[in-house]
Amino acid sequence: MSGVVSDEELSLPPPIIARAGSSAATASQWRLMAWRFSRHKLAVVSLVVVVLLYLTGIFAEFLAPYSPETTRPQYTYAPPQGINLFAPTADGGWAFNFHASGYDITVDTEAMRRSFTANPDKLIPLGLFVEGQPYRLFGLIDANIHLIGATDPKEVVYLFGSDRLGRDVLSRLIHGTRISMSIGLVGVVISLVLGVFFGGISGYYGGWLDSVIQRLIEVISAMPTIPLWMGLAAAIPLTWGPIEVYFTVTAIVSLLGWTSLAREVRGRFFSLRNEDFVTAARLDGAGEMRIIFRQMLPSMTSHILAMVTLAVPAMIIAETSLSFLGVGLKPPVVSWGVMLQDAQNLRAITSAPWLLFWPSLFVMIAVLSFNFLGDGLRDAADPYDN
Amino acid sequence: MLLYILKRLLYMVPTLFGMSLVSFLIIQLPPGDFLTSLTSAIADSGQSLDQASIDRLTALYGLDQPFYVQYWNWISNIIFRGDFGWSFDWGQPVSRLLWDRMGVTIFVSALSLVLIWALAIPIGIYSAVRRYSIGDYVFTFLGFVGLAVPTFILALGLMYVSFTWFGLNVGGLFSPEYEQAPWSLAKLLDLLQHLWIPVVVIAISSTAALIRVMRANLSDELSKPYVVTARAKGLSEFTLIMRYPVRLALNPFVSTIGWVLPSLISGVTITAIVLNLPMAGPLLLRALVSQDMYLAGAFILIMSVLTLIGMLLSDILLAVLDPRVRYQR
Amino acid sequence: MTTEPEIVLSVRDLTVDFTQRQGSFRAVDGVSFDLRAGRTLGLVGESGSGKSVTARALMQLVDPPGRIIGGSIRLGDIDIAQLPRRGEAIRAIRGADISMIFQEPMSSLSPVHTIGAQVMEVLELHLKLDRKAARARTIELLGQVEIPNPEQAIDRYAYEFSGGMRQRAMIAMALACNPRVLIADEPTTALDVTTQAEVLDLIGRIQRERGMAMLLITHDMGVVAETVDDVAVMYRGQVVEAGPVDQVFHGATHPYTQRLLAATLKLEQPAARPAPPAVSSPILSLRNLGKTYQLGIGAFGGKAKGTLRAVDAVSLELAAGETLGIVGESGSGKTTLGRLILRTVEPTDGEVVYSPPGAAPVVVRTLDKAGLRNLYSEIRFIFQDPFASLNPRMTVRQIVGEPLLINRRGSSTEINARVSQLLELVGLDAGMMSRYPHAFSGGQRQRIGIARALALDPKVLIADEPTSALDVSIRSQILDLLIELRQRLGLSFIFISHDIGVIRYFCDRVAVMRRGRVVEVGDAQTICTSPSHPYTQALISAVPYPDPRRPRMQQRARYTETSV
Repeated sequence: MSGVVSDEELSLPPPIIARAGSSAATASQWRLMAWRFSRHKLAVVSLVVVVLLYLTGIFAEFLAPYSPETTRPQYTYAPPQGINLFAPTADGGWAFNFHASGYDITVDTEAMRRSFTANPDKLIPLGLFVEGQPYRLFGLIDANIHLIGATDPKEVVYLFGSDRLGRDVLSRLIHGTRISMSIGLVGVVISLVLGVFFGGISGYYGGWLDSVIQRLIEVISAMPTIPLWMGLAAAIPLTWGPIEVYFTVTAIVSLLGWTSLAREVRGRFFSLRNEDFVTAARLDGAGEMRIIFRQMLPSMTSHILAMVTLAVPAMIIAETSLSFLGVGLKPPVVSWGVMLQDAQNLRAITSAPWLLFWPSLFVMIAVLSFNFLGDGLRDAADPYDN
Repeated sequence: MLLYILKRLLYMVPTLFGMSLVSFLIIQLPPGDFLTSLTSAIADSGQSLDQASIDRLTALYGLDQPFYVQYWNWISNIIFRGDFGWSFDWGQPVSRLLWDRMGVTIFVSALSLVLIWALAIPIGIYSAVRRYSIGDYVFTFLGFVGLAVPTFILALGLMYVSFTWFGLNVGGLFSPEYEQAPWSLAKLLDLLQHLWIPVVVIAISSTAALIRVMRANLSDELSKPYVVTARAKGLSEFTLIMRYPVRLALNPFVSTIGWVLPSLISGVTITAIVLNLPMAGPLLLRALVSQDMYLAGAFILIMSVLTLIGMLLSDILLAVLDPRVRYQR
Repeated sequence: MTTEPEIVLSVRDLTVDFTQRQGSFRAVDGVSFDLRAGRTLGLVGESGSGKSVTARALMQLVDPPGRIIGGSIRLGDIDIAQLPRRGEAIRAIRGADISMIFQEPMSSLSPVHTIGAQVMEVLELHLKLDRKAARARTIELLGQVEIPNPEQAIDRYAYEFSGGMRQRAMIAMALACNPRVLIADEPTTALDVTTQAEVLDLIGRIQRERGMAMLLITHDMGVVAETVDDVAVMYRGQVVEAGPVDQVFHGATHPYTQRLLAATLKLEQPAARPAPPAVSSPILSLRNLGKTYQLGIGAFGGKAKGTLRAVDAVSLELAAGETLGIVGESGSGKTTLGRLILRTVEPTDGEVVYSPPGAAPVVVRTLDKAGLRNLYSEIRFIFQDPFASLNPRMTVRQIVGEPLLINRRGSSTEINARVSQLLELVGLDAGMMSRYPHAFSGGQRQRIGIARALALDPKVLIADEPTSALDVSIRSQILDLLIELRQRLGLSFIFISHDIGVIRYFCDRVAVMRRGRVVEVGDAQTICTSPSHPYTQALISAVPYPDPRRPRMQQRARYTETSV
């Protein structure tokens, strides 16, 4: 036998996955996945949104016009001011003038309440990279530059409105993004560790250990989540500090995620254990660890990544719901759920609908993006199935 | 078949045990115990409990006993006497509070489940058969949105819309004038008027999830060889889709009750809290906030058990529908 | 024969396109043929030749993105090619005038409807029979296709039947309305040879009785030679050769047909290969090897419902330099046996002894992990499925180099050199090393699997159906490669296959397995020409012979179990 045989002379040309051309032949699984994923336009957009949300969380101090705790009793329940790029000039034309509309304030002496209406004729000039309240970025760098704000430090702007204490909703939203999005991430890491650990043990060893873990998972996943979470969260002592509460709530929230991850991991282990290529590795003399880390885990990581992404939205919703009910995070911590606590009754949401609207919108955007992203990842997770 | 049901029942026992353990854990979790809460409650009302009474109560409730003995006392009272303990917040036995609220909860849940199925099955079929059509895209998008909106936000949103646009106050289950009135047609209509918002709110996220399940199941089934066989027989497209792939796609769909129920009960709980309905949710929240732990634990246990019973029913239904399940067991 | 029977279905210039993301793919390209009453046309070709699409087009069953774009299919006055795919007109023809039998009887029948319901449906639909009449007729039909106890069988589900019985039920369904044309799409490919022979007999008998026209689609030249009257050979969407069966088999003009026949006939005799060693000591011996499976253990470790004896007291010896074939039908335990030897499935009883020349014998079941690892470098395994046995996430270099890396055979440059040497040894370009398996065809992948098996200079190879996933023309190439390697490297083989032809081509001796037991062992040539055990006789004679002048299957021996 000399030279190369073209043994398929009588049959079809070799199957080509993804793109034609020689690059597909040497493309690794991640490259093939990236190709597939990029065809999923909605997923790509969602990836961008998710990255933006995390960037918002990271640079919250810079992006927010004010600190989330700054209260201004004279501006309670102030409605959102409109942003405009142009303003009428004295001669009747229009000129570029980046501004927000100011308020007309009327005081209802009987109810002892001020009410605000945005007046388009009152201009509050806005600017980018304006100086404002000092803050410490990442707890290290002292700064006072904010992305957006009134150019005159004495003016106050509420682009998304203010709440019952006169705090800026926009600033609170931006800071809330940090907490809410990070709970999703930290929660998912916890459930990933638990899920891979229990699912791996269950799937790899099988037997009675598997039975016990399966029963445990069954119990947890058959219990209604919200009541269960409420029960656990209610046990958090009132004396605990914000950090402890944050991590406890995260741990509670991740209780849901790990069971489905463990099931997934177990199922993959079970099916992979009997794959020919795993048997082949065993017959190559590979030890257990080498089989797990070189053959089985690389075959699962893409699926796990997709599962993990799809688990994040449930965590975000969970945090939001618990905090909304008052058994999760509590002020002074700011999260989307904590903000929604202010929109709990009909009176609040009819008089200040922006308190419901903005946090809800952010929750929806975050959840939708993670769902689309996860869907795209799942479709791309196995590039060898066609 | 009877053997199969018996087996499933037996199978439930360890799960039930686990659930009761978790519920009891929740009761025990808050610092202090039932008695500390009681003494502080009594202290709040200006009186005080002498040491002898405390000791007597401690012995009575077995609070000086180890965890497993307390658990046994609690669970055996429930199983043998239907006694779920004492709610000090309400000053009543837990069981009296429990069943009152659970009735409405079950009713609303069942109604929501019916709505979920009535929507999810036909839409799922439509989406799978007309895959990538405009209608499919619309439903898929709506489904995604339905999944993305937390139940309580949906409830708040609908409350806001119905109030500002229609001037309706949708809290509660009855308008004040019917609250104490005897049952009549007018009262029933009033109930339905109040009921549609919670039922829709509760149903929406599960419907969205189930549409996706049905669409995926049916899409899989549509590409199976037996569909070609049926087509080769000369059956009309509608008949063959209904008779074969839909029939098969419904089987895994039935078993999804298993995971729909927990999220359904979750939805019911939080919706009831937001809309202030006389169901288990608000009572549970109040019990948790005031650390009325026997009441809270009982609610959590009963909700879990109901979920489990629902799962059992779905398992049985699956066995009725699918001969393969009967054959394997 | 002066007058040809009447033409029932006439196909002219049939063309089917599949629209894809880039352009369209022509699956069927100007195909023409006639189906005549009482005669069978065999449509042959390898995978991807367009034969199944052609069959489906005849009933307007090509699913989008596929589409008939040209030609005519005339059934009497009707041109089926012009009928709308979902219309009333074509539905009246399907199942009534033309019906079809499919390859996979299990997945082609609904798992949640009884066999009877599925047959009755056709009767109610086309013949407008009421329930009772349909039921009576169905029982009659099930009897005609030789399903035992049709009165009970009618209420059974497909999974309660064996493969052969399921296919009979499919046939009953197809025959229900007495169609003029029967299309059989690889009807026996999923069945064992003995079952295949019976099903083919049944189809042939019914067709003759009813004077139906039949189109038989198959990749198996033996089946063609034994069962059809006329042949059309398809290659890349076109009919390259057509004519009476004798003419095609003995006077083929198209080079593709010639090569296909040559490749098929080549596997009908032993390969030219060195004589087996006259007398040599056994390198591997199996003594009373057995495997029992416990069935249906509950989650709580309840009592087993029963046991399955997958392999039962098998004793065999493999001489050094010899090739031992193990042949058997599905469920015979041959694959389990292969796995027991290397303990990838743990044996329940018996012993395997490996006696390498010039070293102490090794008792395999007593080995610890390190001992097994040493054994695994001496005895290597070749898998059946060239797709599942290569990790798609590793490059060819990693796959072939893995055993070298694990067993620390040299530095990475040395391993690289060894991998390219191995790839060239199995006939692959060493430059392909950095590619992933998805860039290779089935045959090429199997070569990669062989290269991996050879990496550690083994003494013995166990090959489990290494060629059954491949087309016939590639099959002999892989076998020739193995023969050459055996000669060059002095290998001993255990070769597991269901295919008598492959066994005869490749093996010196053969063991015939049935229900976990070895029923006969002997010289391969003897067993394949004059077997002594009645089961082997039935098995061998049921294999269709690819020459219409020398039919074998029709005069076959039958074997019925007397003592189970």
